[in-house]
Amino acid sequence: MTADVQQAVGRQAKIDTLKRIGKYTIVRFFMLFFAVAVGIYLTILIANMGGYVDEIRKAEIRENIAIQISMNPQYKKLSTEERKQLQEKLVALEEERLGLNKPFLIRSLAYLKDALTLNLGRAMNMTSDSGSRQVKLILLERLPATVLLFGTSFLLNFFVSLFFALMLSRRYGSFWDRFVVALAPTSAAPGWFYGIFLIVIFASWLRILPYGGMVDAPPPENPILYALSVAEHMILPLMALAISGIFLSMYSWRTFFLIYSSEDYVEMAKAKGLTERAIERRYILRPTLPYIVTSFALGVIVVWQGAIIFETVFNWPGIGRVYYQAIGLFDIPVIVGTTVLYAYLLAVTVFLLDIIYAFIDPRVKIG
Amino acid sequence: MNLNQFREITRYPSAIFGLVIILILVGISIYTVIALPYSETVVKWRGGDMVWQDNPRTVPPTWTNFFRSKKLPETIIFRSTDEGVEKQVTPLKDDLTDIQMTYTFDYTADDFPQEIIMFFTSTFEKKAPYISLTWTTPDGRELDIGDFSIDKTYTRRMSQDEKLTRKLNGQPAEIGLFADPNSENLKPLKGTYTLTMAGLTFEPDSSFDAKTVIYGKVFGMAGTDHLRRDLMLALLWGTPVALAFGLIGAVVTSVLTLVIAATGTWYGGWVDSVIQRITEINMMLPVLPILIMVGVFYSRSLWLILGVIILLSIFGASIKGYRAMFLQEKEAGYIQAAKSYGASNTRIIFQYLIPRVVPVLIPSLVVLIPSFVFLEASLAVLGLGDPLMPTWGKIIDEARTNGALYKGLYYWVLEPSFMLMLTGFSFAMLGFALDRIFNPRLRGM
Repeated sequence: MTADVQQAVGRQAKIDTLKRIGKYTIVRFFMLFFAVAVGIYLTILIANMGGYVDEIRKAEIRENIAIQISMNPQYKKLSTEERKQLQEKLVALEEERLGLNKPFLIRSLAYLKDALTLNLGRAMNMTSDSGSRQVKLILLERLPATVLLFGTSFLLNFFVSLFFALMLSRRYGSFWDRFVVALAPTSAAPGWFYGIFLIVIFASWLRILPYGGMVDAPPPENPILYALSVAEHMILPLMALAISGIFLSMYSWRTFFLIYSSEDYVEMAKAKGLTERAIERRYILRPTLPYIVTSFALGVIVVWQGAIIFETVFNWPGIGRVYYQAIGLFDIPVIVGTTVLYAYLLAVTVFLLDIIYAFIDPRVKIG
Repeated sequence: MNLNQFREITRYPSAIFGLVIILILVGISIYTVIALPYSETVVKWRGGDMVWQDNPRTVPPTWTNFFRSKKLPETIIFRSTDEGVEKQVTPLKDDLTDIQMTYTFDYTADDFPQEIIMFFTSTFEKKAPYISLTWTTPDGRELDIGDFSIDKTYTRRMSQDEKLTRKLNGQPAEIGLFADPNSENLKPLKGTYTLTMAGLTFEPDSSFDAKTVIYGKVFGMAGTDHLRRDLMLALLWGTPVALAFGLIGAVVTSVLTLVIAATGTWYGGWVDSVIQRITEINMMLPVLPILIMVGVFYSRSLWLILGVIILLSIFGASIKGYRAMFLQEKEAGYIQAAKSYGASNTRIIFQYLIPRVVPVLIPSLVVLIPSFVFLEASLAVLGLGDPLMPTWGKIIDEARTNGALYKGLYYWVLEPSFMLMLTGFSFAMLGFALDRIFNPRLRGM
């Protein structure tokens, strides 16, 4: 009887939790979507202040119509002059149909819709490796490379620094502890900066690691060799990212854990005679978990954006590199498209972490 | 916060070290701004060949010779207008005049010069002066190294003179003229060389001046770049730019963030929630891509970019932290007292709330400075540096795009990087120490 009641209460609590998390997830989803929309709208405003978005669209219409006319056998017999007139007429019609003659406010909303649905248009000069001019394809092709490098680096840095921070907080005041505290200021410089030094040392001086890129040229056929080649190319970038981040995060985690391990309940647990590991897991890590997750999310956001310069320095064929090339070629659809993609990446990151957050922190409220 | 807390800095060697470096950097900035005025520097930096033609291309600084076993040559310049030049003028028959100049110099380096160029200027009506050059090596060989007539301005690149190259057994002038004929592998012959420049002028008022530059392989305190520019100028000017950018960025951002957080917390209600929502949206904005777009579409002016950065970061994540502090502070007795005697809202925010969190603000502000300095460098590395000013980031960018890392021109990248690192670390060291001093929870950790 009592067992049944307990079970029922337990079930009810679980349902409540799920309900709470579900509601929270939906609310967060809409809030983040709204944030992305605002971000993209701002991007459009910035890009359009010089009339660039309009130019993209108009150029695209003109190109399409020129192709249509030249492909249509019906117009073969027309003189150049007549053909030109026809083209102008069709362009004007198409512009009216797409509302390019409407005021900017209305048009900007149309652009927003395009951007939100990832209808990013065609690049002006750049092509994807498979030869497509679609901005979406160019970007999606490069996304895995960015995710591979920065995902690996971020997870590595995060867990390594967490692990060592716990160790240091146990050995407070030891040589290694003071060593990490002294090295914490190295994080003042970003990853690309250390990247240049590492390239100087390991690529141009010692000549034992590649200057940059993702695989050897030509890429090995054998998948295992291919993976090894990629791994070799990842050593320097991973090192650079580690130097620029790991000491600061070790230092701040260590300080954070030290503050938490001076709480009364930790002293109590020690008095009970629990093992170090049990204390760490139950009384130090558990209550700090929400904070750890938050800083994880913030870290991911920073890392995403650092990719632009970092990939340029290491010639890593990811999104950041595309962005840099697009700046050089003044390829506006790609620039705007990448910004849109970045806004989405940030939002997806935050959204996923929000959900995790809701699971681990029972105090999470909505809004 | 009081004086004692500041005095506590002396207990942290890293803070002292950081502070000393910051003071040195400030000193360099003040010197630079006074000694090398901005407008002159901009003109000079973009001056091209007219300003920089006497410098060798992409060579490391002179002091690197100190660490080399094979010493590299420094640039040698002779001007016919210099004092102490042996100049013999012999009038011949009619209007013919023979002008003979002799330059003698010691060559002691273990490597060949980079190139040899002669710049001539002359005055004449119809018939141009005719020049013959003779080269005497330390072992007494005398070489006829060119006979040519010159224009009103004339540049003779000895390395591109094919006749001379053939004469020197296929070696370009800068190697052939200095090579030791008795050595197996090419190496320069040390000793006293003489260059004799004999000119014939054909008109009574006709004359000429010549500048001979034997370009070395080291230059100045900082070396040169691909356009022969002295990198020292850019390294010096980079200092005030970086410090100003970092300081303005960090101070304005931190103070505005603080004011916004205090205002929101004090008024509460819708003001607070609007600020919170803006903060959340702002966190989603891709800041760097937006900055790059501004750079690409509008202007690359450093100060406009700084303005945009500030706008994008005042609603930063730190608002949340400040808000938590202000929420506690708001309930404090003295604030309630101020409220009851009728202090205005602005008075409470600026005189009571904000001063209470300044101890937390100062360390984070100091730590923020390097991130702004590096942000400027990052933009420059993307090719979005200020179009006029030479900055550290721009040097790194130029070095990278000109293949400095592949060609082994490390000094070109390492010098500005070193300055950046020095600036970044000094502020970070000071900031971390201040954090430990001002943040009571971190005391003794």
